[in-house]
Amino acid sequence: MNNSANEYWKANLRLVSILLVIWFVVSFLFGIILVDLLNTIRIGGIGMGFWFAQQGSIFTFLILIFVYAIKMNALDRKFNVHEDEERK
Amino acid sequence: MELQTLIYIFVGGTFLLYIGIAIWARASTTGEFYVAGKGIHPVANGMATAADWMSAASFISMAGLIAFNGYDASVYLMGWTGGYVLLAMLLAPYLRKFGKFTVPEFIGERYYSKTARIVAVICLIVASLTYVIGQMKGVGVAFGRFLEVDFETGVLVGMGIVFIYAVLGGMKGITYTQIAQYCVLIFAYTIPAVFISLNLTGNPLPQIGLGSELIDKSGFLLDRLDQTITDLGFSKYTDQKGTTLNMVLLTMSLMIGTAGLPHVIIRFFTVPKVRDARASAGWALLFIAILYTTAPAVGSMARFNLTNTIQSGQVGDPQGNLVYAQAPSWFKNWEKTGLLKFEDKNGDGRIQYYNDKNEEFAKKADGFGWKGNEMVKVDRDIMVLANPEISNLPFWVIALVAAGGLAAALSTAAGLLLAISSSISHDLLKGVFMPDISEKKELMAGRLAMAGAIAVAGYLGMNPPGFAAQVVALAFGLAASSIFPALMMGIFYKKMNNTGAVFGMLAGLGSTLVYIFIYKGWFFIPGSNNLPNTADNWLFGIQPESFGAVGALINFAVAIVICKLTKAPPEHIQHLVEDIRVPKGASAASSH
Repeated sequence: MNNSANEYWKANLRLVSILLVIWFVVSFLFGIILVDLLNTIRIGGIGMGFWFAQQGSIFTFLILIFVYAIKMNALDRKFNVHEDEERK
Repeated sequence: MELQTLIYIFVGGTFLLYIGIAIWARASTTGEFYVAGKGIHPVANGMATAADWMSAASFISMAGLIAFNGYDASVYLMGWTGGYVLLAMLLAPYLRKFGKFTVPEFIGERYYSKTARIVAVICLIVASLTYVIGQMKGVGVAFGRFLEVDFETGVLVGMGIVFIYAVLGGMKGITYTQIAQYCVLIFAYTIPAVFISLNLTGNPLPQIGLGSELIDKSGFLLDRLDQTITDLGFSKYTDQKGTTLNMVLLTMSLMIGTAGLPHVIIRFFTVPKVRDARASAGWALLFIAILYTTAPAVGSMARFNLTNTIQSGQVGDPQGNLVYAQAPSWFKNWEKTGLLKFEDKNGDGRIQYYNDKNEEFAKKADGFGWKGNEMVKVDRDIMVLANPEISNLPFWVIALVAAGGLAAALSTAAGLLLAISSSISHDLLKGVFMPDISEKKELMAGRLAMAGAIAVAGYLGMNPPGFAAQVVALAFGLAASSIFPALMMGIFYKKMNNTGAVFGMLAGLGSTLVYIFIYKGWFFIPGSNNLPNTADNWLFGIQPESFGAVGALINFAVAIVICKLTKAPPEHIQHLVEDIRVPKGASAASSH
């Protein structure tokens, strides 16, 4: 692998690691492991632990994927490995 | 207009639509048959993926699962959505760049081994076939309830419809029908949810309604629900009942199982570009999240309504329970289907619905003159199916729910059948037995394999093996422990070789199967289990359903150790991995 491709791959791995840490935190940590602690905080009629487990984690997953898609497209351009423009 | 007529119009109308699409979107090449010519717009693919993914179980059963398990059912909500994050970041773009037709094809080429490809085909067929049995059953049940035909006729009609559009159109026909099916099912799901949320909380958005105050100002929905059901001896809705370890492992198993299920992965082969595959996973999750974030509201509100309808007054007050003769018409309607069952145990003509397994409360109830829980059956599916009637919605909403349930079951069945038939005609026939087969003949073989798969699935749907309910856990366990790790290492670990991958898959698959069989019986034959399926016998307290994540870990570990001891993969394979890691140069549909 040449240098630029190497750099591109490393940047990719860095991005994915950060996003997967958030993925883990909102679901496993907030939704399950720390659920009782977070349930002591209430917004409206719902404990935050319960909310993360049934709503918040799903919303976060959604944001994570779109952030990933946008950031990766930018990386593709920066390292000039993007696909041709025209759509078939 | 009569309800039954409306249902015929709605269901008949959607079926005509699906058939119309099938005739319009016929497949004429293998590329169109397997991957819709790789020309599907990412948003359209997202919608099709959502319909593909959300099965009869998601549509009909999930809200009920949440209603009766409360917080503990969160594992399904997180597990079945979190997998899309893994799919989007770890698999979909790279597999799209690889640019072939099936999942076993990637495994076969990446690990330069026909054995690996055949092992992958076996995993795929077992996982997909077990899944499709449940769908066919769902079709039969939905028809039976709404069209008043018997179960077998229902399955046959369902098979006929899928046959028309899947055999004619392959992936192309399936994709466009799935888009139509998504629209039908999401309207059918959200409209009753909006009404029920408005009625209870005054808020039209069910997602907000879940955390809102009740319209009569008696408190927040979830607090009142906790209160209502604990007063009847049930455990608190918002409290955890299972162990944290099992919740974590089950969530993880469902997530990596979702990412490893072939019928979901192949949907990402249909988009034109690598960057479309990334975005498309986001769109898919968006369309899925509309239903998945509504379900917790439907579950809690339906449970609240059901409990309060029966326990209309103070607990213990002789006048506090619903008089059976005055039960609302939906109660009687669903009693006829056997989903609700009432037995007047103490002969007072009123209905008592409480937890008689809770000894402390059962004693108290005895003092009220209650002689046991009289709602001897409350099927969880009732929560979605009877919802429009419980909320007094117009007949057309009920008809829409019928069409929605069928759309959910048919769309998932079609996706699974395509995964099965393409692995037979492309991986086994073309890949292994008849490499020189012409495209025209392969297309014909694909159609025949599809017809065969539909016949087998229909037969199994009508004569489900006794273990049908348990095999869903098996499908996820298999995908999690065998397919996902092999795919991930194929992309992220350049030096992974064929021996490591094959042994890893076999170790993951084997350990998961054995663990499930030890507690659930060998091949699910009743009585052949080695240990009783209870918490004290489980290894470290891990329930069999949660073992997929452990199996995946075993797969990774075995593969890496064996890989270190054996020869590195040849130069051209390492180049192949480098090539799939960059988007540039993704080609259009290519068979080879």
